Amino acid sequence: MTTLDPPFKWRREKLGAGVWEHRGKVAIAGYGHSPVDRRWDETSMDKTLGAYSILACQKAMDDAGVTADQIDGVVCCPTTIAGASGGAASNWAPRPFFAPPYDSEWGLTRVNAKWLIDQMHLPNVKFAPSSVPTIGEMVGLAAQAVGDGLCTTCLVIYPTGNLTGRYRRGGENAEDYAKGERQWTVPWGNHGGNDFINIFPHNQYCITYGGTHDDVAPFVINQHRNGLLTPWGFNANHGIPQLTLEDYVTSRFILKPLRIWDCDRPVNASAAYLFTTAERAKDMKQPPIYVLNHSQHNFKPRSTQPVLDEIEMWTDHAARLMYEGAGLGPEDVDIFNPYDGYSTMTQFFLEAFQWHGVKRGDSFAFYAGDIRVEGPHPFSSSGGNLGNGRTRTAMYTDSIQQLRGTAGRRQVRVRADTALCAFTTPSSGGWIMLGKHPS
Amino acid sequence: MPKVIPVADPLSKPFWDAVNQKKLLLQFCSGCRRLQYPIRDRCADCGSAEKLGWKEVRGRGHISTYIIIEDGRLDRRMSDQPYNLALVTMDEDPGINFYANLPGTPVDKVPVGAPVEVVFEEVAPGQLIHEWRAVQ
Ligand SMILES: [Zn+2]
Repeated sequence: MTTLDPPFKWRREKLGAGVWEHRGKVAIAGYGHSPVDRRWDETSMDKTLGAYSILACQKAMDDAGVTADQIDGVVCCPTTIAGASGGAASNWAPRPFFAPPYDSEWGLTRVNAKWLIDQMHLPNVKFAPSSVPTIGEMVGLAAQAVGDGLCTTCLVIYPTGNLTGRYRRGGENAEDYAKGERQWTVPWGNHGGNDFINIFPHNQYCITYGGTHDDVAPFVINQHRNGLLTPWGFNANHGIPQLTLEDYVTSRFILKPLRIWDCDRPVNASAAYLFTTAERAKDMKQPPIYVLNHSQHNFKPRSTQPVLDEIEMWTDHAARLMYEGAGLGPEDVDIFNPYDGYSTMTQFFLEAFQWHGVKRGDSFAFYAGDIRVEGPHPFSSSGGNLGNGRTRTAMYTDSIQQLRGTAGRRQVRVRADTALCAFTTPSSGGWIMLGKHPS
Repeated sequence: MPKVIPVADPLSKPFWDAVNQKKLLLQFCSGCRRLQYPIRDRCADCGSAEKLGWKEVRGRGHISTYIIIEDGRLDRRMSDQPYNLALVTMDEDPGINFYANLPGTPVDKVPVGAPVEVVFEEVAPGQLIHEWRAVQ
């Protein structure tokens, strides 16, 4: 695989680098979603994470009008989304494996480029890195690879697996001892994760600016509404009723004040995107959606727990970095799809990027206004992960659809020429800016 | 209350040895004149490993905010749920913070803003951890 994996600098994480050198010269020409299941049923071999990834790739290729022999890049995230604490919900072993190609974890609980290239018989791949970050950064990796000429027609795949069992209730979370970084957090009950990282700053946010936790309810409810308007999403396909305010405020706590509805629902699904050069995209089936910039960030707190000041500093930095590289400002962003995997972090992004003029401390009032897709402030028109399940891709797909004008019942009534979207936490991840026009 | 037991590594051993003697010993960078916790291999500010030494602190702080763990993921703490998890800032340098279960404070009766003092709690034979108790 070494020839497919050249050393290559792709991260854009420094301020002062100016407008992205490939701005408008890279495009997304297709996307595809598998069905979104709650879990793999452990018997249907056409519903495995691998089968779903192949299906998503085929849909993305069909959407773009590209054939298998044209694919020369494959960027696939090979890790499970549950990480080291996944336990039985994210590892098939020690259960016996199946006949090839399901004779290992590959294809069942994780998917990588090599497995996909073999199964899909892609004969001309020349770029397929083996070390690939999650979707928030991999879209930047792919955009840079296409811009730099490492490949021209690149599939970008993000599989999110989920088996039977309580999510993240195994592995190191089942151990009696806390080693490494966990020695500083786990003895007091912090199992680690974005729920803990963001709930304390969220509490500090409520103290600093006024408001209470349940002031996020209108946002969560609207995410569910947008999710029900998303034909491929989990909620829209599983008879999930519209969440009401009463449902929300009477729901059980996970990490009080964090409620169950503040957390996205793990699913078994895959999505794929087709990145190509702007030149080639012009001859493909869909109008190109241009990449105007990608950026990444990675911050560490000074002490045990990130605090509000740090979160605000980090997200301000991410906003400056993205706007600088895109050559755009807050007033230029039409569609805004920040990450919402826990509802308590989204306000930090909204305020940092100052979308629709929202400044620090303004989010709860903004949420209480009209944020429906039909209205003047169609915030997070994707429905995100709260509305569609933890695919971490709704933000990207909705952005593409809004710019194409194909978002159906979610299509915004305001201008939709640019879209800013992310899978990122305040501390680490990446952003991507898309445009209907190359400049 | 079976808490998860911390495992010292070569870097953190002086810290945990001090905790086991009921002392709170943090890293201190002589270049930056700054305390550091958790324990790291170099100063997060200047990057120096050589300038990092140790300094005993008083173990006084304040409760910044708290949550209640109702449905956590740690097997060992399931029987404790629900329990308080507070964020404590240290008076000598409020940029340093600690987690605390606040022994003695009833669940969800946490006095935000109240002063706390460090106490030491045995989580396994011979292994203490630093906890924080509200002082009213
Ligand atoms: Zn220093």
